[in-house]
Amino acid sequence: MGLAQTLLRSRALEALTSPHGVDRYLEIANPMWAAREVRARVVDVRREVDVPGHPPVATITLQPTSTWRGHRAGQHVQLGVEVAGARRTTRVFSISSPDSRAGDRFTVTMRANPDAPRDRQSVSRYLVERAPVGTVVHLSQAQGEFVLPNRVPDHVVLISGGSGITPVMSMLRSLQRRTHRGRVTFLHYAQSPDHQIFAAELDEVRRSGWGIDVHLLHPELGDPALSPAYLERLVPGYRDVPTWACGPAPLMSAVHAAYDGSEALHVEYFKLGTARPDGGAAGEPADGTVSFARSGVDVGNDGGTLLEQAEAAGLAPESGCRMGICLTCTTRKTEGTVRNVLTGETSSQPDEDIRICVSVPCTSTALDL
Amino acid sequence: MSTSTFDHLTPEQIEEFGEEMDALRQRLVADLGEADAAYIRTVVKRQRQLEIAGRALFYLPPAWPAAVAALSLSKIFDNMEIGHNVMHGQYDWMGDPGLNSRMYEWDTVCPSEQWKYSHNYIHHTFTNILGKDRDIGYGILRMDEDQQWRPYYLGNPVYAFLLMVFFEWGVLLHDLEVERIAAGEKTWAETKHLHRGMLRKVRNQTLKDYLLFPAVTGPFFVPTLIGNATANLVRNVWAFNIIFCGHFPSGVATFSREETEDETRGQWYLRQLLGSANITGSRLFHVMTGNLSHQIEHHLFPDLPARRYPEIAPEVREICERYGLAYNTGPLRKQLGSVARKILRLALPTRTPSYDGPEVVGEPAAA
Repeated sequence: MGLAQTLLRSRALEALTSPHGVDRYLEIANPMWAAREVRARVVDVRREVDVPGHPPVATITLQPTSTWRGHRAGQHVQLGVEVAGARRTTRVFSISSPDSRAGDRFTVTMRANPDAPRDRQSVSRYLVERAPVGTVVHLSQAQGEFVLPNRVPDHVVLISGGSGITPVMSMLRSLQRRTHRGRVTFLHYAQSPDHQIFAAELDEVRRSGWGIDVHLLHPELGDPALSPAYLERLVPGYRDVPTWACGPAPLMSAVHAAYDGSEALHVEYFKLGTARPDGGAAGEPADGTVSFARSGVDVGNDGGTLLEQAEAAGLAPESGCRMGICLTCTTRKTEGTVRNVLTGETSSQPDEDIRICVSVPCTSTALDL
Repeated sequence: MSTSTFDHLTPEQIEEFGEEMDALRQRLVADLGEADAAYIRTVVKRQRQLEIAGRALFYLPPAWPAAVAALSLSKIFDNMEIGHNVMHGQYDWMGDPGLNSRMYEWDTVCPSEQWKYSHNYIHHTFTNILGKDRDIGYGILRMDEDQQWRPYYLGNPVYAFLLMVFFEWGVLLHDLEVERIAAGEKTWAETKHLHRGMLRKVRNQTLKDYLLFPAVTGPFFVPTLIGNATANLVRNVWAFNIIFCGHFPSGVATFSREETEDETRGQWYLRQLLGSANITGSRLFHVMTGNLSHQIEHHLFPDLPARRYPEIAPEVREICERYGLAYNTGPLRKQLGSVARKILRLALPTRTPSYDGPEVVGEPAAA
């Protein structure tokens, strides 16, 4: 493999396959052959939680191409699949398996997103509910700074909520594998025991007595919510204990308040779209704000095209035809619902390239401009 | 000024015409999906297979003609049905980086970035507006009566022939606007931002076709080199001929800056229709042209997958008939003949509209 990879990444082969690159030829022979790109085959889909009336959670095991460089516990990966109508959609998922080396199998664990717009299939729903074993998905390399240091401190606090457990679980599993001899305090918040992801494994961890205190909390059933007093009781002087926390926004604000700016706290946010799946019909009054993230400018949405609004805000984005044909003004929209004035089509996907000369915002919208 | 007329249409009718086009467009957009994705992926796969076959067959000297044929076809598919169309953003909705207008690079010496500017923006926005659309004669040829005649244009057929043979190089140099530099309207320094991209792409393309692939065939270095050059030539000749049939056959209208100021959407559609011409032919022929044989539909809907153009052509034509608008189409030999006659005719000064009187020579150009 080493020799093949060296050859595939050689400058000679790159020159011979110019301008398309080696991967554009390899993928035709076998999608699992790659010189630079990362793809993976789904080798297993296992339901973790399946409560009737609630979106299911599943762990997907992926066999990546040899180009996968491995990951550190806590990192995430961008995962793209072709869902309805041959449209590739990419979303970010945390890796739930312990540290992996180059080319190693790993798992992602996700809840099928119940809020996905009706007209577009969501990546998580597709993977959890329908993806057959053998499906090939597109990956980035592992990303993110939410990782344990190489020298793990003696005492570690892990806090997670809902499906925010995935990166924390990866850390916990890595700590066990690395035979960490210190103490780990793990707090996890879930709706109910039925909603608990990795319940059996956590139960085993709790009973094994390897210095890992597991606290599974269900505030809706009367368990204490996260508060400084509660944390202080579990971990005296918790503000100075290295802590990693991941979960939905309300939990994260409670964590931030409790740690009060302590440098011992490391957090990971879920990226939640502010999109309104039903919003933005033509003729609706304009509302919200338009944020031009790179310029640091926010303006009130006046209902004009994003190009006009950017220009009115004093920006000078590149543009050409101003009628949606030349693509010069294509810009990454990071959040919000926009309507294409030519087709009337609305779109709420985060991280989508749009032609700003023919797009009007229907909700608060953020652009990489 | 137009040679086709739409004077019989009221402004309201022109807007109605535009609305019908918009409706057609929306219907197509709503229908995009698996079939379009499967189609373009099949074309890409065939192109890559042809390319690999062509490169490999140079190891078998008796198969030289087959190698050249496969490589020529590969370059034609790459440039036309794949490159041109992908770079129009026709498949951007798929979200596949390999088929994305911002990332695709084609197998020809012109960098995609520069071509997209002059083609997608300048040519497709200002189609056939004299003084704005540099694709009218590409700054080299006289392709319209309203381009003022100069003695330089006596060479029109020679320039056209040279442009055909060296077409990919012509496309490369297009953005430099050498004719404007020569006329003193622009300085060489103003083209500086283009040079690096051009040189890099030229280096990659020539290295591959004229050094590396010949070298890897070892003893067959020279036949491979000649084969690669021939494939590039075949692609040049084919692309030139198809493209020249898109806007230059007789009956295609050109427009002045004045009459296209403050244009409405309906008028824009009208200009795209009247400024373009189609070529009739078989299914394979249409694919070989990248469906640019449906230049009219392409100019109406430049960012919709080209495989849809033949499908909607009857409907576009029917709409045109209802509005009494010309729909310029014909077989390749007819359209090519018409273009060739225009190239020859415009080498000479324009005669006043013909009546059976004596020939009147147009004013000599004020140099």
